[in-house]
Amino acid sequence: MTGTSGPGEVRHPYRTLSRWLDAAPADLLTSRSRQAELFFRRMGVTFAVYGDVESNERLIPFDVVPRIIGAAEWTALEKGLVQRVNGLNAFLKDIYGAQECIKAGIIPADLIFTNPHYRPEMQGRRPPGDIWTHICGVDLVRTGEDGFIVLEDNCRTPSGVSYMLENREMMMRLFPDLFAEHRIRPVETYTDMLLSSLQASAPEGAGGDPNIVVLTPGPYNSAYYEHSFLADKLGVELVEGGDLFVNDDIVFMRTTQGPKRVDVIYRRIDDDWLDPLTFRPDSSVGVPGIMNAYAAGNVTLSNAVGTGVADDKAVYTYMPEIIRFFSGEEPILKNVPTWRCREPDALKEVLDKLPELVVKEVGGSGGYGMLVGPASTKAEIEDFRAKLIADPDDFIAQPTLSLSTAPTLDGSGLSPRHVDLRPFVLSSPAGVKVAPGGLTRVALKAGSLVVNSSQGGGTKDTWVLDE
Amino acid sequence: MLSRTAESLYWTGRYMERADFLARILEAAVRLAALPAKDGAAATAWASAIASAGVSRAFAASGRSPTEKSVREYLAFASDNPSSIRACITAARTNARSVRTALTIELWEAINGAWNGLNELGEPGKRDDFVRFLEWVKSTSLNVEGASSRTMLRNDAYWFLRLGMAIERADNTARLLDVKYHLLLPAGERVGGQLDYFQWTTLLREVSALTAYRWVYRESVRPWLVADLMVLNRQMPRSLASCQGMIVSYLERLATDYGRRGPAQRLASARLAQFNDARIEDIFQSGLHEYILGFLGENNKLAAAIQDQYLV
Repeated sequence: MTGTSGPGEVRHPYRTLSRWLDAAPADLLTSRSRQAELFFRRMGVTFAVYGDVESNERLIPFDVVPRIIGAAEWTALEKGLVQRVNGLNAFLKDIYGAQECIKAGIIPADLIFTNPHYRPEMQGRRPPGDIWTHICGVDLVRTGEDGFIVLEDNCRTPSGVSYMLENREMMMRLFPDLFAEHRIRPVETYTDMLLSSLQASAPEGAGGDPNIVVLTPGPYNSAYYEHSFLADKLGVELVEGGDLFVNDDIVFMRTTQGPKRVDVIYRRIDDDWLDPLTFRPDSSVGVPGIMNAYAAGNVTLSNAVGTGVADDKAVYTYMPEIIRFFSGEEPILKNVPTWRCREPDALKEVLDKLPELVVKEVGGSGGYGMLVGPASTKAEIEDFRAKLIADPDDFIAQPTLSLSTAPTLDGSGLSPRHVDLRPFVLSSPAGVKVAPGGLTRVALKAGSLVVNSSQGGGTKDTWVLDE
Repeated sequence: MLSRTAESLYWTGRYMERADFLARILEAAVRLAALPAKDGAAATAWASAIASAGVSRAFAASGRSPTEKSVREYLAFASDNPSSIRACITAARTNARSVRTALTIELWEAINGAWNGLNELGEPGKRDDFVRFLEWVKSTSLNVEGASSRTMLRNDAYWFLRLGMAIERADNTARLLDVKYHLLLPAGERVGGQLDYFQWTTLLREVSALTAYRWVYRESVRPWLVADLMVLNRQMPRSLASCQGMIVSYLERLATDYGRRGPAQRLASARLAQFNDARIEDIFQSGLHEYILGFLGENNKLAAAIQDQYLV
């Protein structure tokens, strides 16, 4: 049993589970694991892998050993998340408004204005309720006893919440007695929270019962399962671009009974594809004219257009300063120490110790386009060195963290594997809320630090203990 | 409901029904080809299966000849045939998946299970295995129909799914009846002879109606009575008249729920009225094959009217 704080010592929240596992028959976990896989396949809980024609739909491997977070730990984390997301919202509002943080020298202007996710179309605009990142997923890791560190902010279109919910369903089905022995806070409230959060973000003219929809690029999108899952749980229509049209700056959907007005769109389509009249003209998944309706204040897009600018790994490095600037408070959640390769001194240092560092593309995601120094060959490192020198602005570097591990089932029993955590934070004019839990991703290969599902990572249920 | 959702439900219904029909056609062909007959009985059975499925032209264009092996492959599995059993089940599942939220868990599992089974079963080569495959196809459509009727709310989602099934079933019954037209009797066999009799019996068996026929007519199998059962008899759930009745009632339910009638309702009702005073003797007199061609054309017109009214 691991999940240790020191050698051989079981961390407090894991004590009950540890006793239970010790008493369980040897093959119990493997047989439950097989049951889980059968169930996920039958339900079609899958994701699609781009460029992987052979197996268009894959299951994300599911680990049956839960990851456990104690109550006190969670309370601290929750405060930190609320503070951070308030900071992100204030930042976005400012960037597209008065730009005080640029004027005050908190963040370099070019980092914003040359950012591919900065949307000049949004300059001077204010989304309904001034909420920009309605749904935000913050990726965290733990490196020791002193709590969580932020790895990345996902405030454009964070995904994975369906796995948070399905993993819990699965665990309750497979291990009812474990739930009886622990006091675990329910994550099922997430969909209610999301619905009321979206309702509270509706445009003023929408009236008491706003029409909310989830907008998907369609069944071929890698996260389509999640899109349909969310629409289903929210009890709203799952629409594709072709189902919507704009008339007189008002968005309608085509129904069997004629056009019906739409007030709030939880869109899972990136800005680029949203409106062929404003952004990419070749987009066939968007809605022509939707940006005009948005500008006229007739529809809420969630998340707001242009939030991607805060997702950027270069902007990430400024988050502690940004939070201090807007709230006057000290950031509760720390960033990973990061070298900004755009700064010449930092670049020199990075090039000096490249084999020890993790280097990431500023705009990269999904675990692509990065160098993990200690796990790379000399040739790969030299290759990356050349890229870095050619385009230092495109990269940041971080030390290899000694990430905490969680016990995970593999062929021979339980072994420690690296994990991260993505809690989901909801913002609306009514406030900022965090669902008690999150998506724990786990690197299934021994020693691996990469947890992305597109790179073979798996997931676990995340338990937040009550009391 | 979104027009696209309605359309996907409608096509889910149509494709599942068509897969069932293809399995029935192929079963008929296997039986007919096994008859002890003079030269050519087997070949004509396989050719008639292609004709009844309505894919003669595409089949010929693909360069295949109507042997048992190639017809089985083409109608059941071929990837270049958009109406093979495999293509139909896949299309039904793709449609269902795109409107997953409009389906009950049971219905989705029935459809997704059919699709998973397709991959597990592969392409059985031996005749025994092939016949078992056809049995499996028929049972999957029973699953889908059972899951929908037992678990779905009686709202527009249900009516569109059923409407697709009914439109397709009407089309299929007409085509199945037309098999007999394409099944030429080999030289030396006479109309009303043993082979002729067996061919009509096989058709009845394929729509699970041989016992029903005995109940209704209480005499040996005669062509015009088989046609009467499959065209005009309202007790027979697959008959053209029954299918038309279902189409009218589903369209009426939609009209009531939506508070609005349209061209599809008017066209469907007018067609149903035509069945009321039709007599099988008259139909035979002017030609059963011609009657069927006329019916198929009208059915397509109705499908187009439904499309225009609700699905775009």
